[in-house]
Amino acid sequence: MDQHDGGHSANPAMAGMDWEVLDVVVVLLLGVGALVYALGLWAARGRSPWPLRRTLFWYVGIGCVAAGLLGPVAQAAHTSFTAHMLGHLLLGMIAPLLMVLGAPITLAMRALPAVAARRLSRLLRSAWIRGLTHPVIAATLNAGGLWLLYTTELFHMMHASAAVYALVHLHLFAAGYLLTASLIGPDPDPHRASMPVRSAVLVLFIAAHSILAKWLFAHPPQGVEPADGRAGAQLMYYGGDVVDVTLIVLLFAGWYAATRPRTSRSRGSARADDHETRGARA
Amino acid sequence: MSRHSKAQFDRRVLLSGVLFGSGIAASMIDLFIFHLALQWHHFYDLSTTEVALTADGFFHAFGWFITVWGLFLLADLRRRTAIPWKRWAGAVITGVGFFQLLDGVVSHKVLGIHQIRYGVDLLLYDVVWIGSAVVLLLIGLLMLRRTRHHPATT
Repeated sequence: MDQHDGGHSANPAMAGMDWEVLDVVVVLLLGVGALVYALGLWAARGRSPWPLRRTLFWYVGIGCVAAGLLGPVAQAAHTSFTAHMLGHLLLGMIAPLLMVLGAPITLAMRALPAVAARRLSRLLRSAWIRGLTHPVIAATLNAGGLWLLYTTELFHMMHASAAVYALVHLHLFAAGYLLTASLIGPDPDPHRASMPVRSAVLVLFIAAHSILAKWLFAHPPQGVEPADGRAGAQLMYYGGDVVDVTLIVLLFAGWYAATRPRTSRSRGSARADDHETRGARA
Repeated sequence: MSRHSKAQFDRRVLLSGVLFGSGIAASMIDLFIFHLALQWHHFYDLSTTEVALTADGFFHAFGWFITVWGLFLLADLRRRTAIPWKRWAGAVITGVGFFQLLDGVVSHKVLGIHQIRYGVDLLLYDVVWIGSAVVLLLIGLLMLRRTRHHPATT
């Protein structure tokens, strides 16, 4: 894998080893992610049917992580800024969105025995998780990480060291997952932030993302060709937009489902004006 | 339906229309027609200040947000009551006109964040842009005025 180290390391053979180890770790982690979800489906097979779309979301999401970290896009990302940005879009935005929609926590709750499920539920209520899954914290981790990556030396350090590369990409995925889950996750969230808070965070995050994309258009990282930098920045801007608009739609779809008007049938004693409304429509 | 909720629904019809109208003006008309199709605006105007860039980013995010917000408000109203479509359309046109006027006057002329087109005499473009915005705004307000007393009719 000599194309990985690009002459940055004092010992290319050792550096090559690091990158190979990283690839193996990624394959193993993705394998575990695929297997555990399948085991969950198997263990919960006696429960009410599991929507097929959730399973599809999960596995396509795993495919997006694989495409972002292994294979041709990841290879090209070491020399092409545009390919790098495509990899980031896949790993940091598209894969987290799809995997959140796969509702892994809900699946775990169904699959686990009662005692273990209660333990998981307690863990989710812990102060730690509560803090991390607050949209403000999650958005700060996400946007802050991106700004650090592209406005400091981190971008170069990442390409010189497999360990830094692994940490940056782990953070990218995890922060993407946390933010998506805190805003629109179908999984149970005992501390779900209010609609105004989630709306404000999403608007601020989209703003930070698009400002960074435009800033990168004018100031590509050192060593990146201007044309390549511009193409990458535009991919970040418009690709990010597609995911961001999807997030806005899902946020309001959640609100739409939650504010469903209660009919007289579902409430038992309906308010008088409910009857009038229904009469007026009929 | 009580009189109170009727007024409430009417306010929501207006809010939904104006949000959606401003939103499509900001995110759809501006992005798809002027940035992507005609490529008159630049993706990024290198001469602008960092402040203008930041303002643009917030604006962009808010544009998409209010577009979707307006549509979901409409969907919510639809399942609760009959929508007065003419009134809603009037609110949408008002929103488009209001936004284009704001954009044409404040961001093009007062702040100078970006212009409609570069390297040409701007007067004609500005007259067409701001003029059409005023016309749209007037049409929208007229439609709202004419549908004011019959909020429930479609």
